[in-house]
Amino acid sequence: MTDTLNVPGGDVPGGDVPGGDVPAVDVPAVNVHGVSRIFAAGKGPGVTALDDVSLDVAPGEFVSLIGPSGCGKSTLLRLIADLDVPTSGSIEVFGKPARQARIDQDYGIAFQQAGLLPWRTVAGNIELPLELHGVGKAARRGRAAELIALVGLSDFAAHYPDQLSGGMQQRVAIARALAESPSLLLMDEPFGALDEMTRERMQNELVRICAETQAAVVFVTHSIPEAVFLSNRVVVLEPRPGRIRSIVGVGLGDMSGRGEDLREDEGFFRSLSEVRDLLHGDPDSSGTGLPTGVVPKTGARGVETR
Amino acid sequence: MRTAQPGLLQTVLAPIVFGVAVILLWQGLVTGLAIKAFILPAPFAIGAEFAGNLNNVAGGMTVTGRNSLIGLVIGAVLGIALAIVAALARLLDEMAAPIVAALSVVPIVALAPVLYTMFGAGAETARQLVAALAVFVPVYFNTLKGLRQVRPVHRDLMRAYAVTSWQATRAVTLPTALPFVFTGLRIASSLAVISALIAEYFGGPVGGLGKSITSAASSSNYGLAWAYVLGSIILGLAFYCAALIVEKLVTRRSGG
Repeated sequence: MTDTLNVPGGDVPGGDVPGGDVPAVDVPAVNVHGVSRIFAAGKGPGVTALDDVSLDVAPGEFVSLIGPSGCGKSTLLRLIADLDVPTSGSIEVFGKPARQARIDQDYGIAFQQAGLLPWRTVAGNIELPLELHGVGKAARRGRAAELIALVGLSDFAAHYPDQLSGGMQQRVAIARALAESPSLLLMDEPFGALDEMTRERMQNELVRICAETQAAVVFVTHSIPEAVFLSNRVVVLEPRPGRIRSIVGVGLGDMSGRGEDLREDEGFFRSLSEVRDLLHGDPDSSGTGLPTGVVPKTGARGVETR
Repeated sequence: MRTAQPGLLQTVLAPIVFGVAVILLWQGLVTGLAIKAFILPAPFAIGAEFAGNLNNVAGGMTVTGRNSLIGLVIGAVLGIALAIVAALARLLDEMAAPIVAALSVVPIVALAPVLYTMFGAGAETARQLVAALAVFVPVYFNTLKGLRQVRPVHRDLMRAYAVTSWQATRAVTLPTALPFVFTGLRIASSLAVISALIAEYFGGPVGGLGKSITSAASSSNYGLAWAYVLGSIILGLAFYCAALIVEKLVTRRSGG
């Protein structure tokens, strides 16, 4: 197996094969099969957050999950990360059960909140997963320095999180997620709390980082332009119960070729309106069983369509 | 994070000026209205007694301070340790809650006479135990509260890292709890001094500040009694400031 990571990968602690676990080509990075998740709600029948969802993510592929609030996109990500367990169905990550993949540290994760430890410096935060998994001090230092350079924070290695802006904190969180060179990145609205300018800059950086690391990404967002700009495929979910309404292939080419001018591209706008139409729910074509009278506006609640 | 300095004048000079003014007013009232010393001695008289009996006051501070410190350490160690156990084992927490709640409403110094008969009136043990009990309650409650402050995102992160619960405790739970532990210790520090001192009123060997205050007062030496009170205030402040400094040093970066 060739090490496709441009980022020099240190030893992967807890993992079995250094340099990532992309086994045979035909094993998907993520395989979600017939997954439902029902949250118990007191004495009632419970809330169906996800209903019979199936999805494959290929190695190195960037897939966004988009949908209105309550469509279960974050739930699906948490299930893949084994932070939560499906009520029925199965989830495999690189051919292993999600639980085993978590124990083997096959993925890196970033949340909407940066979730940095305030008593650790930027470098200390990035070293945290390495430290917890028993990587030696020197190796940790080196890896942290590389990642800090990758996210462009070299001048801030010794700063504490409360000295950084929200965007910088989020970059630290992404560097931390990349610390163990995972072949799969799970991101739950990582730019959700940022302003639009910072957000677009972070998206450009994420595209660059993904091109460099060749990691597969599952990315939860409620911003249509963000999903289209970043993704190979956009998975549009619908709420109550959470189901996949449609999957839009975004033919905008390779990650490494994506730049700022892509936002002006005609293909970009075509995919944008395709996703938007799906989100707003066309009752004739979707046949989702949603009450027709309510669909056009309320169907897309919580989705930014700008 | 510092806002514009309020200026040395405001932070240091203002309270000093205020303090001096109050003392002068006090002195003026006592001499002007010819108030008897057993009602309220003049501050200069107290000062003179304090300076004249510096060795005795310092001796008293040492005895009471030592009892307070031993009580503080015992109570804090027990409080923190039991809070950690209670945080790890829900059942134990529920079992301990009524006992600790009962303990917190007991006027702990009232236990002093009982403890003197248990440990003998010639030993300082009873006083140290009273201080330890007084310290235990706020340290236990604050630590337990701190141990429950772990943010959900940090809990998710630890689960994603598939670490052992001890690793998660060390990496996230304890550092999160630290500011709360020190808040408890800061409250407890002055409680330790007050409890150890009041416990002396109920018996035990002589030498401490509490005993000295009662014996000076009963021999009509009011100035000296007040000089010991001044010593007690200094001792309490010293404990409080020491706890505050340690807190500031240790928790500079947490709580964010």
